[in-house]
Amino acid sequence: MLWTNIFAGFGGQGVLLIGQLLAYAGMYEGKNVSWLPSYGPEMRGGTANCSVVVSDEPIASPVLSMADCVIAMNTPSLDKFESCVNPGGKLFINSSIIDKKATRTDIEVYYVPCNEIAEKLENPKVANMAMLGAYLEATKAAKTESVLDALLYKLGEKKAKLIPLNKEAIEAGAASIRK
Amino acid sequence: MAKKLMKGCEAVAEAAIQAGCHYFFGYPITPQNDIPEYMSARLPQIGGCFLQAESEVAAINMVYGAAASGARVMTSSSSPGISLKQEGMSYLAGAELPCVVVNMVRGGPGLGSIQPSQGDYFQATRGGGHGDYHPIVLAPSSVQEAVDLMQDAFDLADVYRTPVMILADGIIGQMMEPVEFHESKNTRALPKKDWAATGWDPKSGRARAVVNSLYIEVDELQELNDRLQSRYQVIRDNETKAELYNTDGAEIIVCAYGTVARIVKSAINICEKQGVKVGLFRPITIWPFPEKELSGAMDQASVKKAITVEISAGQMVEDVRLVVNGKKPVEFFGKPGSYTPTAEEIAEYIMKSREA
Repeated sequence: MLWTNIFAGFGGQGVLLIGQLLAYAGMYEGKNVSWLPSYGPEMRGGTANCSVVVSDEPIASPVLSMADCVIAMNTPSLDKFESCVNPGGKLFINSSIIDKKATRTDIEVYYVPCNEIAEKLENPKVANMAMLGAYLEATKAAKTESVLDALLYKLGEKKAKLIPLNKEAIEAGAASIRK
Repeated sequence: MAKKLMKGCEAVAEAAIQAGCHYFFGYPITPQNDIPEYMSARLPQIGGCFLQAESEVAAINMVYGAAASGARVMTSSSSPGISLKQEGMSYLAGAELPCVVVNMVRGGPGLGSIQPSQGDYFQATRGGGHGDYHPIVLAPSSVQEAVDLMQDAFDLADVYRTPVMILADGIIGQMMEPVEFHESKNTRALPKKDWAATGWDPKSGRARAVVNSLYIEVDELQELNDRLQSRYQVIRDNETKAELYNTDGAEIIVCAYGTVARIVKSAINICEKQGVKVGLFRPITIWPFPEKELSGAMDQASVKKAITVEISAGQMVEDVRLVVNGKKPVEFFGKPGSYTPTAEEIAEYIMKSREA
C-alpha cells in the first residue's frame, strides 16, 4: 500500500494538522510515513500545504510533485493542485467555500461540505476534521481510531474532552461522501 | 523504544542531547530554528546550558571555549550563518578541538532563499575557512539517519579532535518522520581529554593545558599541519560511509546525497518500470569522500556512465569526476539555487541521457 497526499488550504484551516494526524495514524499502524510542510514565508490567511506519504515500503522521495490524493480546502489550493493528482487518483474539494467544480475527468472527485458539517456541530474549527473523515472513508489509508489516538496525543489529556466532537466531525465527513 | 514522529531539527537536537551534548550556542536562522528552540527547552532541564549568542561569530567562539574545556558542544545554523562561523571553525580545527556543527542548508549565494539547497558542498568539504583543514562531513538523507549519525558525529569529533559537520537541508530539517532513539552507546574507544583546560593546580605536577591555534615558529606550525594531515589520512582510510542501492549490474550510476538521493530513488524506480537498470551511489560521509565505494560501482562492465544530481551548479560532481578519473563519462543534472528536481524530471533526464 502506498498513498501520496497533498493537503492544501488557507493558513489557519488546519491542513498541516490533518496531514500530521494522518502521518501519526499511519505510524501507529506500523506504516512508513513522512510529513513535509511547505515552509516559505507563510502567514495566517496565506496558503499552506503539506505532503504526506503513507506506505508499507520504505519511502523513497518525501517530496511530491504528483500525488494520489489532493485535499483542497480553498479555491487557490484547487487551482494550484488539481493538475497534480495522478490519473485515477482522488481529489477532495471543500465545497462549502469552493464554488467551482473540478475540470479533470480522469480522477475521482469528492465534494465535501466541510464548513457546513462543522457549523452543524457548532464548532467551525472542526471543518478540517470533516475533510479528514471523507479522506479516510475514500482511501482507508488509516483507521479512524488511529487518527483519534493521534489527536489525543496532540491535544494532551487536558483537552481530551474535545475528542468526541472531532470524532463526530470525522464521521459526518465520511457519511457525506457515502453514496 | 517506541517510534516518535518528529521534525528533523527536533530529532537532531534530541539525538545530540542523548549523545551527551549538554551545551548549545547559536543564533536563529530559518530553516533550523527548531534546533535552538528545542535546546532552549531541554538543556536547562538536564543541567546543561543553552545560550542564544549575539551573533553567529560569537556562538562559534563560545563553542570553541566549551570544547577547550573538554565539553561535548554543538552549534547549528543555515548557510549564511554557517559562512559567519567559518573563521571559528578554522580556529577549532587549528586548536584541534572537537565539536559538532549542523548546517541545514538553504539557497544561496547571499541571503538566498529559505528553501532547501545543496550549494554549500564545496564550503563544507573543502574546509570553508582559511588554512589546510577539513571537518568530517556527514550527510543524512532521512530523519532517522540524522539521529543515528549524531552519536557518531560526537564520537568522531572526540576521536579525531576535529570539528564534525552534519550537512543536511531544509527538507530534512522541516520534515517529520518516525524516529527511534537507540540506547546511546559509544562504539569507539574515546581518548581521554587530557589536553582540556579544566583548571590547573600548580601542585598537581601536570603541565598547564593551553588551547591555542597560533604557532609563530615555522617548525611548530609545520608540526601541527603534519599532525593534521596524517590524521586526515587515517580518517580517509577508515571513516568513509556510503549507501549503494540497486548498483549491481546497473547501466547508469546516479550519484546524489541527502534529500536528493531519496528523490533519485523514486526516479530509479520509474526507470526500472521502463526496463532500465539504474543504481544509486549515495555518500553518507561527503568528507572523506567514499572513493573506494564509488570506484567499485563504476568499475563494473555494465556501467556506461555516471550522472550526478544536486541542487547546485555542480559541486559534488567534481569529486565524482576525480574518482572516475576520465574512465567513463560523468554528467551533471541539477540547478543552482533552491530548485528541488522532481523524480519525474530526473527519470526523464536519465532516459534521454541513455539514448544520447
